[in-house]
Amino acid sequence: MTPEASVDYSIVPLLMLLTSLIPAGIIFCLREDQVRWRTTLNLAGALAKVGFVVALIPPVVAGDKLRASMPWVPGVDLVLVTDAFSLFFVALSAGLWLVTTIYAIGYLEGAPNRSRFFGFFSLCVTATTGIALAGNLITFLLFFEMLTLVTYPLVAHRGTKDALDGARTYLAYTLGGGVVLLAGVVWLTVLVGPVEFTAGGVEAVAELAADRPGVTTAIGALLLIGMSVKAAIVPLHGWLPVAMVAPAPVSALLHAVAVVKAGAFGIVRVVHDLFGLSVAGDLGLLPVLAAFAGFTIVYGSIRALAQDDLKKRLAYSTISQLSYVALGAALVAPLATAGALVHIVHQGMMKITLFFCAGLFAEVQGISKISQLTGVGRRMPLTAAAFTVGSLGMIGLPPLAGFVSKWPLALGGLDAGTAWVLPVLIVSTLLNAAYFLPVVYALWRPEPDEQATAASAGPPRRRLEAPAALLWPAVVTAAMVLFMGVAAGWTYSPWSLAEMIAEGSYR
Amino acid sequence: MNYPALLPALVLLPLLLAAVTALVPRGSRRTAGAAAASTTGALGIGVVALIGGGSWELALAGWEAPLGITLRADGTSTAFLALVAVVGTAVTVYAAAEPSLAGGPDFWPLWLVLWAGLNGVVVAGDLFTIYVMLELVTIAAVALVALGGRSAASPALRYLFVGVVGSLLFLLAVALVYAETGTLDLPQATAALEPGPVLTSILALTLLGMGTKMALFPLHAWLPVAHPAAPAAVSAVLSALVIKAGVIVLWRIWFGIADGTAAVQVLGVAAGIAGAVAVFWGGAMALRSSRLKPIVAYSTVAQVGYFAIVLSLADGSAAGWSGGVILVLAHGLAKAAMFLAAGTLAFAYGTDRLSRLHGAISHTPMTVAALAIAGISLAGLPPTFGFVAKWQLLVATIEQGEWWWIGVLLLGGLLTFGYTAAMVRATFNRPGDDEVPAPYPVPAILAVVPFILAIASVAFGVFSAGLVDLLAEDPTARGRP
Amino acid sequence: MTVVDLALIAGPAIVVIGLVGHLLVGDLLRRIVALNVASGGVMMVLLAIAARGEAPDPVPQALVLTGIVIMAAVTGVALALARRVDAVTDESEGR
Repeated sequence: MTPEASVDYSIVPLLMLLTSLIPAGIIFCLREDQVRWRTTLNLAGALAKVGFVVALIPPVVAGDKLRASMPWVPGVDLVLVTDAFSLFFVALSAGLWLVTTIYAIGYLEGAPNRSRFFGFFSLCVTATTGIALAGNLITFLLFFEMLTLVTYPLVAHRGTKDALDGARTYLAYTLGGGVVLLAGVVWLTVLVGPVEFTAGGVEAVAELAADRPGVTTAIGALLLIGMSVKAAIVPLHGWLPVAMVAPAPVSALLHAVAVVKAGAFGIVRVVHDLFGLSVAGDLGLLPVLAAFAGFTIVYGSIRALAQDDLKKRLAYSTISQLSYVALGAALVAPLATAGALVHIVHQGMMKITLFFCAGLFAEVQGISKISQLTGVGRRMPLTAAAFTVGSLGMIGLPPLAGFVSKWPLALGGLDAGTAWVLPVLIVSTLLNAAYFLPVVYALWRPEPDEQATAASAGPPRRRLEAPAALLWPAVVTAAMVLFMGVAAGWTYSPWSLAEMIAEGSYR
Repeated sequence: MNYPALLPALVLLPLLLAAVTALVPRGSRRTAGAAAASTTGALGIGVVALIGGGSWELALAGWEAPLGITLRADGTSTAFLALVAVVGTAVTVYAAAEPSLAGGPDFWPLWLVLWAGLNGVVVAGDLFTIYVMLELVTIAAVALVALGGRSAASPALRYLFVGVVGSLLFLLAVALVYAETGTLDLPQATAALEPGPVLTSILALTLLGMGTKMALFPLHAWLPVAHPAAPAAVSAVLSALVIKAGVIVLWRIWFGIADGTAAVQVLGVAAGIAGAVAVFWGGAMALRSSRLKPIVAYSTVAQVGYFAIVLSLADGSAAGWSGGVILVLAHGLAKAAMFLAAGTLAFAYGTDRLSRLHGAISHTPMTVAALAIAGISLAGLPPTFGFVAKWQLLVATIEQGEWWWIGVLLLGGLLTFGYTAAMVRATFNRPGDDEVPAPYPVPAILAVVPFILAIASVAFGVFSAGLVDLLAEDPTARGRP
Repeated sequence: MTVVDLALIAGPAIVVIGLVGHLLVGDLLRRIVALNVASGGVMMVLLAIAARGEAPDPVPQALVLTGIVIMAAVTGVALALARRVDAVTDESEGR
């Protein structure tokens, strides 16, 4: 981000896509029983992607970018760039893909149609990586639609009527959003030509906004509405709770990195790197976005309170938490921006922990309702502990990761002169506590007598409370939630990176 | 490279081979026919490769226009020739693999005649040759539909009636052109025609005639009957290629002579409205259908609507023109893939009822994938060929300020995706169902061919930059300034 | 009004009559005949165009010859199909 920063033409961004695209292609061709091959490919791809990210962080922080492009439709190139923000998102998706893959291997052991599942799983990550690396709107759109399509078989994976219906609803919403987005992208491209995302906003868009503010506002609204469907901003959130029928690893991935994050990431890209904060503010887009986001935060939390199904409660919680990102993106204050950015990573890490745990409860104990969770903490202490860390993080308790994103958001809200943000955040925090604490409490409460007898009559205690491939990912991500909170001051911590990226929007 | 002498071979070679194939005993006709059709395909691909970005012209036997017959191939013709060659070759391989999906040994000579006619429509330089070639296509196509068994006789006859009515209307237009200009050569005639009621009548007759042949709403009712009645390989050719013969003739004449007079504009708008209705009607009917082949057929009705809308969008817009041509190519590839995949599924399950296909995604994943990918390209989602076409058309709508087409283009895409999803959804295995229908084992080639076509419609989309430039440089692209 | 003018007016009229008849009648044989009537109208227009000048123009006459051949072929195919349709109908009614 320094003036002497360089842009190098490189094949690396393409290779980062291929680390998951190639395994996907091969996995589709594997037979159901070739488990070892599939596992090796999956893990090799995930590790390679993480390797790329780790290797790229220092140069990108120093301001160097790598860029790959090829001509596509007339006047428009497909562009992949590793700028700081894209690497930030790739890092999240690569890291969580690795742990989710391990989890999914354990979760689906012996289940049918695994080649199909893991093939689309890898494609899903490819699409997310593409969204992160997309250097211009049309490349973004390409991967945004691809993500919609490759997630459909994952949501519908079980093939039950619920699964198919949920998948259909999901598809209807997200494709509808995609169409709105496409309209905005075409309109903008015809008026100003293909524009590449630039920290602080694109000059050509600013000129257009000065010339034809009405048209520019309409384009901005189309783009933001298109993104908002995936980001599950009320009233476009209806698909998310029904998509919960997917297998647990899919829900984990959808809620933490893939679909909803793609929407949130897109909102930030459009507001900060396409329009630029001041232009978007002048056009009146920001207050509207902030208002919808603020409403969604409270609405999601209230709806979460009423759910007894654990995954449903987590789904509504996602709706609420995701809008923190949109809210932060809409506030003109460096702290709020950084808070929004870092919440992309923090929410992902916390939510994936919670979904891993929910999957563990369902797999090991057969429990999907909150009312049945009483006493499970005794039988599954590590899982319950991980769930507790995730919940407390969501509430925003220091020193966990959630605090590091909520606190700057609140301060940023005050900086930006939008004091109403503060009560929204406080109400949301209280509601978070109201729907997470009872779960935590139930987990650790001594179990009722009859269940105790049932448990003691069960098989002898295993060495581990759950299959290792399911348990360790949850424990690791919970540890990360703690680590990201405690080590927020470290140079390469998500918070430090988010601060650095946010600076770019104010130059 | 300039070998215009190859142009007549595009028509004459398949005709000759058709005659030879018809004389081969029935028992070995499949082998002979497959070899003959492959030769025709190789010739087509070879000619396309030789033409490259150039344009060829040949006056047959040295008789120049207006007296002689002139054959021409420009950028747009090359694109159509390429489509015919690629889809034709794919269908040949598919039909050779399983005779029951082609309608038996009689398929081969008829298919070669049809191929000759399609090549002929594309390279014909004068209106009357176009008429003759269109009739050749119609008769061969009708005979091919009739191969679909006893129940196909009635749809085939209806198809013949419609085709002939369309041809007669077109012949009337040709007569008017000759009366006005004294020539049948397309470029000479279009240059000589003056604006006026005769020109409007010519356009109206062509629109009606070709609208009938390409099943433009409300002249579409025959298509959802005829296309599904035919054997799978034939359905693919009908939807992917035969419809396009009508489209290219309509476009050639329209963009050659349409002027800005009010009457012509009314015609253009009427065609556009008919197209828009077709998009929604076809999409809605496809959504309501419960069998694969009717869904794919109604999908064609909807897509033909776009070809009519192109009349408004491509007038004076290079983006609209290249978008239109690419839409034809994308539709050809995707629709061929879809019909062939539907045929494979119907072959494996003994029916194409959606309610009998559950489990297909596990038993025949490649075929279902072909169906899905082809649908994605038809719906115009990136990065497919269909998206490139839709993008160009959207750019044209905004450039021309005709923003009302945007809604049709976008909602039509959603409808397309809706029925694609309905087809894919039906193939999921429902746990709890005791009785998952066991498919009949399918020769691998029946799954591979549609899959390759579907993959091609993605690959062409990703690497479309050169093609778009080629089409944009085409002289026809500018229409009338 | 010359014979040519008359033919130019009557030709399209015959086309319309033929087409309307084709659409309105149900019997397959009649529909085929109606189609031939319409085609006769088109040929009439072409012949009238050929006869407009001093010397007869051979080009439209050649077109008419080709058109007649094509129409004969079409009629043949149509009749064959119509027979098959009738056979199928009889069979299904007989059951």
